[in-house]
Amino acid sequence: MNMLIYGLVTGILFGFLLQKGRVLRYDRQLGALLLKDMTIIKFMLSAVLVGMTGVYLLNDLGIAKLSVKATILGGVIPGGLIFGIGWGLLGYCPGTSLGAVGEGRWDALWGVVGMLIGAALYAEAYPAMKNSLLAWGDLGKLTLPQLLGVSHWLLIPLFIAGGIGLFSWFEKKGL
Amino acid sequence: MDENNDRGWNPYLAGALTGIVSTLSLWVSGKYFGASTTFVRTAGMIEKSIDPERVGTMAYFIKEAPKIDWQWMFVLGVFFGSLIASTTSGSFHWKALPDMWQARFGPSRSRRALAAVVGGIIAMFGARLADGCPSGHGLSGTMQMAISGFIALACFFLGGMLVARLLYGGGGKQ
Repeated sequence: MNMLIYGLVTGILFGFLLQKGRVLRYDRQLGALLLKDMTIIKFMLSAVLVGMTGVYLLNDLGIAKLSVKATILGGVIPGGLIFGIGWGLLGYCPGTSLGAVGEGRWDALWGVVGMLIGAALYAEAYPAMKNSLLAWGDLGKLTLPQLLGVSHWLLIPLFIAGGIGLFSWFEKKGL
Repeated sequence: MDENNDRGWNPYLAGALTGIVSTLSLWVSGKYFGASTTFVRTAGMIEKSIDPERVGTMAYFIKEAPKIDWQWMFVLGVFFGSLIASTTSGSFHWKALPDMWQARFGPSRSRRALAAVVGGIIAMFGARLADGCPSGHGLSGTMQMAISGFIALACFFLGGMLVARLLYGGGGKQ
């Protein structure tokens, strides 16, 4: 029961911040895909840089564990590209679609309906792909520090510096 | 209504606070953000109400059980959080069509509905094949520096940029 309440509260905070960051909009999402409006990139990358520091800090203090998804090339590459194609048509993501409805953009409800159908279709197709596509290119639960064989505390400052560099470029270009 | 004058926050600030919320979430409940599994569970719950025996035998619904869990409540919470933020700031307004869509494809609501349903089907099929969406891979994956997260995010954008260019003819609406 507690977990359900934590989930709801965390979602409310996330939805509140998504709305305040103005990233729940079709126009912003398509703007990013057309490389004209970097609002969602600014939001996402800021979240990632802060979260990266927080997550690895909690991990090193033994408070929390990493939960890395396996890199299965047969799933992640075609799946990622297919997701992108659908995302470009819909203009909302699975998480942001509900948030978009929450600020009155009810065309996102059609996206929710479509996504439920897509999930049901995937459940039908899963047995056929399980031992074919999803068995190809399984590299396991791999992270960049593992791949490079360096400390994550070497990479985190590099990511932050790169992010700040990118942000100042966005601001200079007015994106 | 002027969509840029809606008491929104700087995206860097809203994003950084999101990073703090995701860290706290990991600390308090050991959970990372994600959204697409919830659509699988919900689809399973709907199908179960029609044909429980069949759902009970399907491999994917055995893997991702049709039930309400942390993430399900999280996705529901996103709706309420956005509703609270938009109504308290006066930026809530019913909108059937995105501005950019209407300028390019006209006022037909059924055309937008069709594109959104088809887009939703394709997006979720892809998200499940990739084992995550922009929340699970894009935020939670990349903040752990997971290789799967970086590859997924790059593919999300490649596919999306292709479609955006096809729809809005390279330059799009100026």
